[in-house]
Parts: sequence; structure tokens; C-alpha cells
Amino acid sequence: MLWIYIVLIAVVLVFGFGVVALNRRRSTGTLQRPSTAPSITTATRPSGTILPKAGSIATTGVAPPVETTEAPVTEPETTVVDEVVPAELESFERPRFRDRMSKSRAALVGAFAGVRGRSGITDETWDDLEEALLRADVGVRITDELLSGLRVRVKSKEIADPNALLTALQAEMIDRLGHRERELVFEPGPSDEPNVWLFVGVNGVGKTTTIGKVGAQQHQAGRSVLMAAGDTFRAAAAEQLGTWAERAGAELVRGSEGGDPSSVIYDGIEKASARGIDLVLADTAGRLHNKSNLMEELKKVRRVASKGKGRVTEVLLVIDATTGQNGLTQAREFREATEVTGIVLTKLDGSAKGGIVFAIETELGLPIKLVGLGETIGDLVEFDPTEFIEALFAE
Amino acid sequence: MFDTLSDRFDGIFKRLKGKGRLTDGDVDEVLREIRTALLEADVNVGVARDVVARIREQAVGAKLSQALDPSQQIIKIVNTELTNILGGQTLKITYAGRPPTVVLMAGLQGSGKTTNSAKLAKWFKSQGRQVLMVGADLQRPAAVEQLRTLGRQIDVPVFSEPGDPVTTAMRGLAEARRLGRDVLIVDTAGRLAIDAEMMEQVRQINEAITPNYTFLVIDAMTGQDAVGVAEAFHQTLAIDGVILSKLDGDARGGAALSVKEVIGRPIAFASTGEKLDAFEQFHPDRMASRILGMGDMLTLIEQAEKAFEKDSAEEAAERMLSGEFTLDDFLEQMQQLKKMGPISGLLGMMPGMPKELKGAKISDDDLKPVEAIIRSMTPLERRKPELINGSRRNRIAAGSGRSVGEINRLVKQFSEMQKMMKRMGGMQVGKKGKKKMPSMLGMAKGGGLPAGFPDMPFN
Repeated sequence: MLWIYIVLIAVVLVFGFGVVALNRRRSTGTLQRPSTAPSITTATRPSGTILPKAGSIATTGVAPPVETTEAPVTEPETTVVDEVVPAELESFERPRFRDRMSKSRAALVGAFAGVRGRSGITDETWDDLEEALLRADVGVRITDELLSGLRVRVKSKEIADPNALLTALQAEMIDRLGHRERELVFEPGPSDEPNVWLFVGVNGVGKTTTIGKVGAQQHQAGRSVLMAAGDTFRAAAAEQLGTWAERAGAELVRGSEGGDPSSVIYDGIEKASARGIDLVLADTAGRLHNKSNLMEELKKVRRVASKGKGRVTEVLLVIDATTGQNGLTQAREFREATEVTGIVLTKLDGSAKGGIVFAIETELGLPIKLVGLGETIGDLVEFDPTEFIEALFAE
Repeated sequence: MFDTLSDRFDGIFKRLKGKGRLTDGDVDEVLREIRTALLEADVNVGVARDVVARIREQAVGAKLSQALDPSQQIIKIVNTELTNILGGQTLKITYAGRPPTVVLMAGLQGSGKTTNSAKLAKWFKSQGRQVLMVGADLQRPAAVEQLRTLGRQIDVPVFSEPGDPVTTAMRGLAEARRLGRDVLIVDTAGRLAIDAEMMEQVRQINEAITPNYTFLVIDAMTGQDAVGVAEAFHQTLAIDGVILSKLDGDARGGAALSVKEVIGRPIAFASTGEKLDAFEQFHPDRMASRILGMGDMLTLIEQAEKAFEKDSAEEAAERMLSGEFTLDDFLEQMQQLKKMGPISGLLGMMPGMPKELKGAKISDDDLKPVEAIIRSMTPLERRKPELINGSRRNRIAAGSGRSVGEINRLVKQFSEMQKMMKRMGGMQVGKKGKKKMPSMLGMAKGGGLPAGFPDMPFN
């Protein structure tokens, strides 16, 4: 059992040294961690914009061999495009948050009805509101903040009746999610400099599916797309992405299972550059944010992605709407490792309410950019705070 | 980072000192803190309310005034209550008289059904069973392919065919009988619990193969929704047990408590890593501490067991305690430590760490300077750092790219640490290593850091 000591001791010691090192670094003001890449998202768009041409993949015939491309899509992509995508996208109609989140709000309706049913604002009113917010995964802290602000306004008679209280709460919640740029950043540039969107997240949140849908939408919008299967860990992840690439009319670059994700993504970017493809969507293996070796791997992926001709214009963290308070920790750790630019909240059409977005936006300042409201390609939509909150409160 | 429950209680109980008796108001305040801790761990609001009510009964009944440390006493009450909820009857697998024993895997999209199917298969295999897996998730692209690949890794055959999931499951059952396999694990398509059509499909599979066990896979990171999900599946399928996935993350895992409380079925297994053997039977006591944020010592020790090479660690520990611990040993242990995961995570698991340390943002990169310095020393210098004089120091500084001052500090700290170790070694380390641990932890808790770090600058 002796060795257990050493574990404990080593933890304390190593940590002690770490603190010393850190403090020294802080006090001298020299940050030693290399800032991996210039922040591209803040770069100004070039004035001489070259607009992406629709169907540009089909026109490029020269495909330089890419080493790790084990099984590139063999048939010409155009056939795939014509057959699959239009069929799925024809029915494209932007779903309403209100319709798709009906299951989400089921649990909240009772609480809000309770509030409305009373003639005045009582202790039960506050209990109901608190419970509703907590059930929505908003978290203890933000719930307290929201409600204490309202309490003050009720006390000062600014808010007098239950309906006004609910309206004020809604407004407050919308306000907390306001003022953010939510559009996906695409910077048109020379044809050999593709935009790169990197997708990261923990296991099972729906990264690969999200890439498939984003790819189809971008293709629909007239951009040529290449998907890089950077998830070399999960069995058959590349096959899954391949299926999506076919549906979306995108090219696929994949490596061998267990291979180096950085090199797969690098190859994907090189290939896209050579062929004049506009956009590279890079998949990565799901990883828990507390696994340091895997987060190191991800840092490398992020570094390598901006080494070649590509410009990383989005790093999207995919989060499952059912995630509880751990979502905030996820966002913090991934941001630290990869300079996350935005959040994709998936599975909001389930019964989960996605309240963790409040903590993520207010505490970390990361915008929710996309939400998944269903299974089809058109169900992945831009996040709209007003619609989101109204859907939660709808009767 | 969340505060631990004991941190929360600190303020309350400090005020109580000398009062000797808890007033109703004090009890309310304590219970509110317990409730907050539970909610921050994602325990369902309703479940938290019930649990707090039960704790109130016990706390009011307990003679807290007699206790030396009422805070610890309350924590114990809470911990015991949670352990009781999480524990209760455990699931013992009884194999079907007429094989195969059929296991159905259900769960939401992305909860980890496919991976856990393979992990469970491996577990059954380790119990000496012959397993066949059926890929009945025909929805997600390449799900079956994933299962086949996993099957190859653990050497378990996989049956699947395109078409209808219900037929596939039935054919899989027939196949298991034909091959004489004694356990059949059926992986199903993930669904959003409330999707009626998909629930109907899994219900039909359930009817067609009449499983002996139906496991619900729940993600340890799930928030408030866990209860709704568990209820929906339980209504349709009659769940026998829960598999808690992704427990190797740092979520507090309140979902486990909620699900157990609501459907009353045991949490049978927990998935604790990416590797296919990172799968074990569930430990209710550890989960209770984890939900309360009280550190997870046992998991820490287990992780250490995996990461450290036991022999070399034992040797090093002995050398350490006899004062012969060298910088080489230190470097080696540091490497091993890194394998256990990020340092911030390890600290979170250590109970009784001073608050300042828990809050400090430490990344593994911060250790790199230390490593660089030691690596720039000659073997002799690593064994005898006292040899390091001016010219040696300059050489090391040049080699490691660190300043002379940093090297001085490291050497000084190391020698003080050696002294401390020696003192500890002198404190007669008996055979009962376990018994001594509390004193070590007490040191970390009480006086900030062990004496080896005289002027630890905190932020």
C-alpha cells in the first residue's frame, strides 16, 4: 500500500511546482503558452471577394493523389448530388422552435399555468418559477440571479401581477442571450484557400450528424464542400461521415482507423485547396474534456488545421441539449484547447430544454450558433433567442 | 468549479460554534445548501426535494449539539442517505435456463449504447460466457459497422442484416440458438425518448425477443431530463437495470440518483473509460461522494493503480520515505502522474484540498518548465542536487531555457520536500498504510500545504 502515498504526495508536489510556475508566469507577465494561431474569426474580410460558384466540385477534374485518402468517393460526386440531396431538401422549410420544442416545455407548462392561475404574486409563485427554471437546466446560479432581479422589481411595485411577471422574466432571459453574432463565418478568398470549420465535442453529442447537415445546407447554398473524417478513433465513424458526404454531395477524405487525425484533416484541407473547394468540414473524435492526452491531440488538430492553405473560420463545439451543468465545464475546457467560436446545441426536439445555454453565453461569452430541432437536414437552424424563450413559455 | 458541501457548511457552522444547538433557521440554511449541491450535480428538482425532506427528518432527530463537528455529522447523514438511495438491491445476473440469456440495450441517441453493448459483451465473456451481439440499430448510418468493428476487437461475433430491426433481432435470436451462444446482446437504435414511432419499434423488438434483461444506458452528464427519459423507457420496456456511461468525465452525475429514485431499478454497471474493458459494476458509495463533490478518493486510487507501475512506484515510495528520493524518481513519477489525466481533474478528486488550490487554474503545461530543468541536469546532479554550483546552474539554465532563479527554487523546494519525506518516513510507517492516509490528508487540509512548500504564493 506504500505506493499510494507516493501518488498523493506526488499530486501535491507536482501541483505545488505547477502553482509556482504559474504564478511566476503571471507575475512576469509573459505568457509562455504559444498562442497557436492568429484569431482568424476576427480578421476582416478581404475586399476583393470571390463568390463561391455553385457546383464547383463537378467542374474540377484534376484530383492530386492524397496519401491518406484510402477510399475517396470513387464515383463522380455530381451523380450523388443530383440523386439524393434535392429530394431531401425540397421539403426544406424552417421548422418553428415552438412546434419542435413542445416536448421540452411540457414540464414547464404546469409551473407557468400555476403562476398565471393565481390572482397575485405569492411565495408559491416564486417556488413555481424557480422549479421551472431549474427543470430547464438553467442552473442554480442563474436562476437565483434572474429571480432576485425580479423580486426587487416586484417589491418596488414595478411589476404587479403574475402575467407581467412572466413577461418580465421572458424579457430578462431573452436579454441575457441577446447581442451576439450568430451567423456562421465564411470568408470568401482565393480559390485555393478553403474555409475550415472544425467540429469538436464530447462523445455522442452528434458531431458527425451535425457535419452532415451543415454540409448539405452549405452545398445547397452553393458552396462546394469537403468533409474530413478526423474521427479516427470510433469504429466506423468514417463510414458514417461517408454516408453523409454522399447525401450532402460532398467529397470525403478519410484516413485509417486509429490514424493521426491531424494529418487526415490536413490532407483534407490540401485536397480542397488543390481542387478549389470552398469549405472543409473537419470531424474530430468525441472526447471527454478532462482527458488531457485527448485534449492535447485536439490542440494539435487545431494548430495543424491552420498551418496549410486553409483558414479556420469556425471552431464549433457541439453540445447535447440534454446535458446538465457539466455543459459549462465542457464549453470552458474546449474553448481553452481550441478557441471555440460558437456552440451547436443538438437534440433540442427531445424533452430536454437546453437551459445550460444561459450559463455558456453569459459566463463564457460563446454564442449559440445552431440548434438541432429534428432529424432532417433542414432541422438544423440558426439559434434565435426570442423564439427559443417564447417556445419555452408558450402555453 | 463547484464548492464542496463542506465548504458550503463552513460559514454556517462557524456561526454556530458555542451555540450548541441548531435552531430551525440553521437547519433550513443547511438544508438549502444541501439542495443547491444536489441541483448543481444535476439531481432532478423533484428528487432533490424528496431527498432533502428525508435528510431534514434525520438531521432534526440527530443530536448535533453533542457532536464535535456538526458539519461532518450532517455530511455523513447526507452521504449515507445518498448511498442508500443509490445502492439498495444490487442486480445479480441469473442466466436463463434455456440459453441464450437475452439482453436488450436501450437508450437515447448518443448515450453510448453501441459501445456499451460491446463492453457488456466483454464483461460476459470475462464471466466465461459465449456471447453473440445483434446490431438492430439500422437507423444511424454505420452503427452496425461500428458494432462489427468492436466485435472484432473483443472477438465476439455480430449478427445483423439490413431491413427491419424487429426481424433482425428475431433472426439474431435464432442465430444465437443455432450457434449455441449463451448470451445475446441486442443493440437498438438511439431515440429521443418521446419519439412515439421509435419507442414503438423498440417495444416490438422487446416483444419479439422477450429479453431476460433490459438495460437502459444513461449518460452521466445528463441534466434534469434524465428522469423523463428513464420514466418513458421504463413505461415501455420495464427496465431491469441502468448502465451509467461516460462516468470518466467530470460530471457530478446526479442523473444516477434521479434515475434510481424514480424507476427504482439498480444501476448495474458504470462505464469508466474509452477502452472496452473500462466497464465495471457500480459502486453506490463512491457515487454519493461524487454527487456531493466530496472528492472521489477510491477512483483516484484506482486510476493511480492503472497508471502507475506498481513496483517502481513502491520502490520510489520507499526511497522517498528514507530520504533517498532523487530528481530522477521525481521526474518518473511526474510522467506516471500525467497518465492519470489532467492535474486539475486529479485535484478535484482529492478530498480536503485547500480551496485556493482547487480554484487555481492549472494546466499540465505548467509542469513543462520543471521537466525541462530536470532533463537538463546530468544523472549525477539529479541524484545529488546539492552538487549544483554556479557553473552547473548556468549550464542547466542554458540547457532548459529557464532562469537561474527558477533552478534555485526548484532545487530548494526539492530538498525541503526530501526533508519532509524523511520526517514522514521517520514517523514509523507501519503495515497498515491505509490507516495513515488520513493524517496525510489532514496535513493538506489543515495547514494548507505540507511543510515542503514554505512560501507558496497563492493568487
